[in-house]
Amino acid sequence: MNIYVLLKKTFDTEEKIAVTNGQIEDDGAEFIINPYDEYAVEEAIKQRDEHGGEVTVVTVGDEDSEKQLRTALAMGADKAVLINTEDDLEEGDQFTTAKILTAYFEEKEVDLILAGNVAIDEASGQVGPRLAERLGIPYVTTITSLKIDGETVNIDKDVEGDIEKIETSLPVLLTCQQGLNEPRYPSLPGIMKAKKKPLEELEIDDLDLDEDDLEPKTKTVDIFLPPEKEAGKVLEGELQDQVQELVSLLKNEAKVL
Amino acid sequence: MNFELSKEQVMIKKMVQDFAENIIKPRAIEIDTEAKFPEDIFKQMGELGLMGIPFPEQYGGSDGDTLSYALAVEEIGKVCGSTGLSYAATVSLGASPIYYFGNEEQKEKFLKPIAQGKTLGSFGLTEPNAGSDAGGTRTTAVEDGDDYIINGEKCFITNANYSNTITVTAVTGKDNRGKNKISAIIVPTDTDGVTINSNYDKMGVRGSDTCEIVLDNVRVPKENLLGDPEKGFKQFLHTLDGGRISIAALGLGIAQASLDKALNYAKERTQFGTAISKFQAIQFKLADMAMEVELARNIVHKAAWLKDQGKPFTKEAAYAKLFATETAFRSANQAIQIHGGYGYMREYEVERYLRDAKLLEIGEGTSEVQRLVIARQLGC
Repeated sequence: MNIYVLLKKTFDTEEKIAVTNGQIEDDGAEFIINPYDEYAVEEAIKQRDEHGGEVTVVTVGDEDSEKQLRTALAMGADKAVLINTEDDLEEGDQFTTAKILTAYFEEKEVDLILAGNVAIDEASGQVGPRLAERLGIPYVTTITSLKIDGETVNIDKDVEGDIEKIETSLPVLLTCQQGLNEPRYPSLPGIMKAKKKPLEELEIDDLDLDEDDLEPKTKTVDIFLPPEKEAGKVLEGELQDQVQELVSLLKNEAKVL
Repeated sequence: MNFELSKEQVMIKKMVQDFAENIIKPRAIEIDTEAKFPEDIFKQMGELGLMGIPFPEQYGGSDGDTLSYALAVEEIGKVCGSTGLSYAATVSLGASPIYYFGNEEQKEKFLKPIAQGKTLGSFGLTEPNAGSDAGGTRTTAVEDGDDYIINGEKCFITNANYSNTITVTAVTGKDNRGKNKISAIIVPTDTDGVTINSNYDKMGVRGSDTCEIVLDNVRVPKENLLGDPEKGFKQFLHTLDGGRISIAALGLGIAQASLDKALNYAKERTQFGTAISKFQAIQFKLADMAMEVELARNIVHKAAWLKDQGKPFTKEAAYAKLFATETAFRSANQAIQIHGGYGYMREYEVERYLRDAKLLEIGEGTSEVQRLVIARQLGC
């Protein structure tokens, strides 16, 4: 089975993030594999171990994305592809990424493409579905269980806390939700072997794409951090008065009632 | 000159850090209070290949280097001194001498299972009357046909309860100057006459397994003799040189953890209407801690790098062990001070750092012995 994983490098939202002039500062940020993509890598490895075949991890990114690809290789993926847009593209959005990936996949024999449900940075959840649409294959988002039997694919899909059972067939694109699996730690031998595994680097030229074809369809106007949490208010006095004050504050100040 | 870690080293550090944070850290207080060896954690560490970092693949290792191993010890030491100590002892004292001095059969039979994480490793050098003075060893191994018969007593031996074999030092005869000849012999722990007790109630590293071993007419085949019988003493010195780097890395981990905790607390704790991190008295402590942690890291990495390059590292390993473990003690002590009354409470963990750090100034060569080693290297 030819299994592909779409992987994105994101900054670690558990670390401190600084924003200056509507831009996230790259210097201080820690970069990681998008956590939802880790579920995709894990699932790809499990499906390969069960059904045979090969796992290829694909990312659209820059030179530094190699680190996240190597980590996926250390977890057990077989091959990695870095589509490096650093020198060619100033900006990009979900359209750009989906279009690049479409060009990459057009010539490929694909059985299964796994992606994260969303990336924790921009959280659009669009790239997977858009790619499937362009490739003309079915897709299911937010999956929490995957069973493949021949060409038949049985899926549990998370629908706001409920489960939808879906049957579809290969080839298919699936996006992975928390609960699908428990991503493994890359083992020591895995890490040491990762450097010997193939990592192919492509530029948009290699995919017969031109900068103009990839012009983003959206424009990011501003990026800002949520307002700092202010200190709470402690109400004092008789219980009766406190309750009245609380209700009035919720009504007039917080406007939640 | 290049201070950057390789991609593999960065990845190993990150992996061990994640593992330590998620799996070991939540258990650290319990491991200390109950003084219970976390066998299940070691099983997982074995499966991840942590026990085999500095050994080649053919012996069940991961083909990594000393620096990667030091990074792993630091990350584990940051969350749990007990786990860090048993880990360092397995690799540096249990597995390494067999790797350095064992023949092919011994490596296949005794090193492989340790490197693969199937058993821990243990090194029996210290005796009730022989610690820093290894020459005072009284345990004897007498030849009897194809075997050695070993008699004696060992104390403060790490991991013996969880190891299939212990490499034991024993007097095997006298050299031509009439001095005791000390050799190392691999003793399977299930041999008749081997008794292992662990009745110690320790100040720190309470979850690490520490044992007393009685050897009563223990019969092991001569083929279990490790390395050159004439150079037993030199062999331990080499083993201990390597071990010092890992104890230094463990000290570095505890020192870093002390700094992290103290800095976080100082930024959050308010007195006189302001965070205590705004007070110079606290700032100076934190500045000293941060500087010492970084200097300790530099010498630990340098000693590991020298070893990886095949260059002499005895002096640097002693520097590293001495400075990093004393830094650990000082940093933990200051971390408690910055925490005030809370720091004295187990829940805040810094008091444990101090108790764990104290062992590092004693085990595998006291601070005083490190100074002697350094002085000897200076030609004194």
